[in-house]
Amino acid sequence: MSNIPVDLQFTRSHEWVRRSGDGTAEIGISDHAQQALGDLVFVELPEVGRVLGAGESCAVVESVKAASDVYAPLAGTVLAVNDQLRHTPELINRDPYGGGWLLRLRLQPSDTDTGLLSAADYGALAAEG
Amino acid sequence: MGRHTCLFDLHVAQGARLIDFGGWDMPVAYGSQIEEHHAVRRAAGVFDVSHMGIVDLRGARCRELLRGLLANDVGRLNLPGKALYSCMLNPQGGVIDDLIVYYLDDDFFRMVVNAGTRDKDLAWIGGRAAAFEVKLQLRPDLAMLAIQGPQARERSAALLTAEAAWSVLELQPFFGTQIGEWFVARTGYTGEDGFEIMLPGEQAASVWQRLNAAGVQSCGLGARDTLRLEAGMNLYGNDMDEQTNPLESGLAWTVAFDPAGREFIGRPALEAVRAHGPERKLVGLVLDERAVLRSHQRVLVPGVGEGEVTSGTFSPTLERSIGLARVPVATGLAVQVEVRGRPLPARVVRVPFVRHGKPLISLVSG
Repeated sequence: MSNIPVDLQFTRSHEWVRRSGDGTAEIGISDHAQQALGDLVFVELPEVGRVLGAGESCAVVESVKAASDVYAPLAGTVLAVNDQLRHTPELINRDPYGGGWLLRLRLQPSDTDTGLLSAADYGALAAEG
Repeated sequence: MGRHTCLFDLHVAQGARLIDFGGWDMPVAYGSQIEEHHAVRRAAGVFDVSHMGIVDLRGARCRELLRGLLANDVGRLNLPGKALYSCMLNPQGGVIDDLIVYYLDDDFFRMVVNAGTRDKDLAWIGGRAAAFEVKLQLRPDLAMLAIQGPQARERSAALLTAEAAWSVLELQPFFGTQIGEWFVARTGYTGEDGFEIMLPGEQAASVWQRLNAAGVQSCGLGARDTLRLEAGMNLYGNDMDEQTNPLESGLAWTVAFDPAGREFIGRPALEAVRAHGPERKLVGLVLDERAVLRSHQRVLVPGVGEGEVTSGTFSPTLERSIGLARVPVATGLAVQVEVRGRPLPARVVRVPFVRHGKPLISLVSG
């Protein structure tokens, strides 16, 4: 069973979003995604300052099994990336919603209907497959 | 739903993630695949390999049948229990399967074949066995456990009576022996010492749990793949198949051209390849960049041509990506591999990459 915190929002492509209430948000991949990928071995992160459109490929997580693109759940500018992942990608396996965060975005103010899923809706999606 | 080995319920109870492998639902890992890999390099791990086909061949003319059927020569086997690794070829020299055959008696040989090729193998061998009055018997009643790692033999022997323990610890590499209902062989697919044990299926779950209690880690097919690749061992269907021959698959050492008079299926085709020299070869690759080699990636050899990665993974021991690739025979020591659209430099190295826990390649590029 995968862990799905109720205070987060999710995408159909298995990213999570933690909004901070100050116009920024933290992004990572879900527990379900890290379980499906298996042991992570490399993570490619974007440059700080890069402007991302919603749905744009912004990182790559690579496991023993496969490489997988990570898509920006919301439009914004990259404020920070989790540099610890360059040497300890297994943080994503151990703590996908904490120490395994990927990047922090300053969100574009215009985002309204984002199409993000609630924890309950994401839980239903993850249970299907 | 795929087929299940008799350990299936135990795998599920131990939290295994399952994958389809050759039509079987098999554990890929129980937790971290990398930790399972390290357990085998540093101590001991146990794998369920009961999906593989165990085939007994009985009849006075067994040896004659196998000398015509296999590219390696069972005529070399004259001590009971001795094992031989061989390819079984089609007339074009393509590999139908790779297998291990044990010589148990003059009228009794045992073969272990791949899960995905089992039915095809049985049809191929069966089509020739009748003429030699050899009877084939598949042994679905037996489970097979591979216990591998520097501590594997000792921890396995601890499950046996003193007398039985003594005789399995005396086994030389690539020999097997019957101990009551168990057949224990000092063989494996990880580059470490260890045993493969064939035993009645109904005993498998309790033996597995006793091994766990003795400090032997449950390991899935994920770790099995990274271990065999570090050990430079081929995987059937990835690194060779019916369209490729052993001479271009790093398996020339398994083809016994001597004695010249032994007619085996595929020999004329291989002689023709040998006369001109093979056009391609299988080589080891090491990637020093932060990326992972995967099968079917394109290999670019400047001024020579192109090849393809046949197996690739992340090596937990070397902490970088390694792979096998089929490339033009003139390929030197440097190539490029197209990884996710980018050409990355890779080193061509001699395999194995790792043996008995120790890296055998330079970890410094250039």
